[in-house]
Amino acid sequence: MLEVTKTDFEAEVLQADGYVLVDFFGDGCVPCEALMPHIHGFAEKYGDKLKFASLNTTKARRLAIGQKVLGLPVIAVYKDGEKVEELVKDDATAENVETMIQKYI
Amino acid sequence: MSKIYDVIILGAGPAGLAAGLYAGRSRLSTLIIEKGQDGGQIAITDEIENYPGQMVEGETGPSLIARMTAQAEKFGVERVTDTINEAALEGDTKKLISAKAEYAAKTVILATGAFPRPIGCKGEAEYMGKGVSYCATCDANFFEDFEVFVVGGGDSAVEEAMYLSKFARKVTIIHRRDELRAAKSIREKAFANPKIEFFWDSVVEELHGDEILSGMTVKNVKTGETRLVEADEEDGMFGVFGFIGTVPNSKLFEGVIDMENGYIKTDDDMKTNIPGVFAAGDIRVKSLRQVVTAAADGAIAAMQAEKYIEE
Repeated sequence: MLEVTKTDFEAEVLQADGYVLVDFFGDGCVPCEALMPHIHGFAEKYGDKLKFASLNTTKARRLAIGQKVLGLPVIAVYKDGEKVEELVKDDATAENVETMIQKYI
Repeated sequence: MSKIYDVIILGAGPAGLAAGLYAGRSRLSTLIIEKGQDGGQIAITDEIENYPGQMVEGETGPSLIARMTAQAEKFGVERVTDTINEAALEGDTKKLISAKAEYAAKTVILATGAFPRPIGCKGEAEYMGKGVSYCATCDANFFEDFEVFVVGGGDSAVEEAMYLSKFARKVTIIHRRDELRAAKSIREKAFANPKIEFFWDSVVEELHGDEILSGMTVKNVKTGETRLVEADEEDGMFGVFGFIGTVPNSKLFEGVIDMENGYIKTDDDMKTNIPGVFAAGDIRVKSLRQVVTAAADGAIAAMQAEKYIEE
C-alpha cells in the first residue's frame, strides 16, 4: 500500500486518473490502528483493480482539513481527483469498506 | 459447525479481557470476539488515574489495554475480529452468528460495554467527523490552535477538556447545570487552566456549517435565551466534543435477556436470567462504571462460568 505525504498527495491522489482509495489515519488514533490491517488486506485482495493509498494526517493536518477530514478514521474513494464517497468514524468498519470497494471495481 | 468452546466472551474491553485472563488461567477453552479495537471506551481515553496500581509514567488507555490483552493471550485465549448479528443463548450450546461465521460455546459472557451517548442536537450526524467527535485522542490534532467546545460536566468531559487544551487555542465546556459533576481534584485542575472557559446552564441546540462545522446555536436552559456561536473568521471552523455518558450496547439481546433501561440485570455472580449466560462490565445494571469494576465483573463471570460447566 502506497503511503502518501503532504508533498505527493496532490500527484498521487488529486492528479490521478480513475479511482483511488485513501486511508486517512493519525498518530494515537486507536480505531485507525484497529482498522488498518483490514485495509492492508483489501489492498492485497483488490490492489490490482484499485489504487490504495494511506495518509498520516498528524503530519498533514492542513491537507486533511482541506479534504474536509476533521475526524478519524476516514476511508475515502476519489475518482479523477474528486472525492466521490467516504466512510467516517463508526461507519468505517471493515465490512462497510469492502462493500464500498466492490462498488468501484 | 466446528469447535464448541467452554467460554465465548463478547467484547474485549477491561471486563472481557479480565474474564479471558481468568478463564484462560482456569484452562477453559476461551474465545474473545471483538468487532473493533480492544479496550472499547478506554481505548480512546488519554488519562487513567484511578485504576489501582496504575502509576506507570505516560500510561494511557491504549497502553493499559495492550498489557491486559497480552496477559489474556499469555493464558491461551483465542481471539477473533467479527461483528455478531444474531445470538441464540438458550439451551446447553450457545450460538453466536456473524455474516461470515458461527461460533458455539457452553457459556457466554456478555461484555459488550457501552458507546458514547450522542449530544442530541440537530445536525449532529451530519457533522460527525466534520467537527463533531467523541474521541479526543483521535481528533484533537485537527484543532491545534483552533477553538474547541466540550459538552458535558462529569469526570470524562473535564479530563478530555484538559487533554484538548494541549492542542486547542481555547476550550469551552458547555454544561447543562451551574456546577461540574466531576471529582473535586479534576475540577480544580480545570478551573486553574487558563485555556478553559465555561458556558453554564447551557445545551447545544443545533449545529451549522457548510460541509464542516462552523457555527452552533446554544440555549441557556434557565433563561431560555439562545445565542449563535460562530467560528472565528480566520479559523472558519471549530470542534465540538461530546462526553455526556454512554448508551449500553445491548440491542442484540433485547427480549431475551432481562434488562433495565438497556442495561443487563445480573445477580452478584454476574448471572443473567439465562443459565450459562453471564454479563460483565458497563453493560450491567450497576452504580459505578469504571475500569476497576469492569475487571472485577469479568473475573467473577469467568469463575462462575467454570462452575457452571463443572455442574
